[in-house]
Amino acid sequence: MTVLALIRPDSWEFPLFLHVLGAMILVGGLLTGASSLAFARGDARYLRLGYWSLLAVSLPGWVLMRAGAEWIASREGWNASGASSPTWLDIGRIVADAGGLLLLIALIAGGFGVRRLRDGKGSGLLRTTLVLSIVMLGAYVVAVWAMAGKPV
Amino acid sequence: MSLDDWVAALHVLSAFAYVGGIVLFWILIVAVRQIDTPGETIRMEPIVKIGNAAVGVGGVGTIVLGIWLAFALDSYAIWDGWIIAAIVLWAVAGAFGQRTGVAYLRGMTKAKELEAAGQRGASAELLALNRTSNGVLLHALASASVLLILLDMIFKPGA
Repeated sequence: MTVLALIRPDSWEFPLFLHVLGAMILVGGLLTGASSLAFARGDARYLRLGYWSLLAVSLPGWVLMRAGAEWIASREGWNASGASSPTWLDIGRIVADAGGLLLLIALIAGGFGVRRLRDGKGSGLLRTTLVLSIVMLGAYVVAVWAMAGKPV
Repeated sequence: MSLDDWVAALHVLSAFAYVGGIVLFWILIVAVRQIDTPGETIRMEPIVKIGNAAVGVGGVGTIVLGIWLAFALDSYAIWDGWIIAAIVLWAVAGAFGQRTGVAYLRGMTKAKELEAAGQRGASAELLALNRTSNGVLLHALASASVLLILLDMIFKPGA
């Protein structure tokens, strides 16, 4: 697999760069969001910081990662009809798409949570956002391992 | 998966931890610009520790496992230009990152002093320290160095 990486054509490199950069931004936003929500201890500023980290950093990162993924997959011919994709690519796709859905749910729950915070109500919905952020972080560790190590 | 595949996967995971930590610090740099009270500055400390852990583990993991791969794989050599460039950039990024930490630690130290003195209200001096332009510049330089490493790793110029 490492040999395959070495003979990667030049035209694959820019989409790969965008894909990896987007994934790193996504992970950075999730790390900040989860940390801020976990250590906020009821402080509205840090609860909002956690939410906005997901909205303003993780979401654009996810879009860049997913767009880059499709671009490079089409360059490599994985999107052609009849092409069977390797397991590591399937793992990456499933985690990316499920992660996108979880991010959306986390953002919706967090959005309502921030609104409730403004109205002086509890931060229970933001706890849901925190749990989902931690789940996503774990899933992305598995995805990065699969994409980088290419087990099968 | 062979041992080298595992090392390559952990090398990439380390890179994600490193860049994830850098992104975390960018968000904190933006957030701390609005903070002028000791309590809210100090509350940032556990998040800073997460960032420090990510950058620390990621930084060590990328260089140690990267050098391992350079020796283990026949296709790479430690004296390849793009590998030497990555090592130099890694050292440069680390130096800028360390100075960034020193620049922002002044605000945290001041916040602790103010709190110890019983001053819990807004402080113009603390806000000025939290808004250090030197810190922003140093973090931008560290980030640019890491971005160049990422470009170097993917494009492998001269390989």
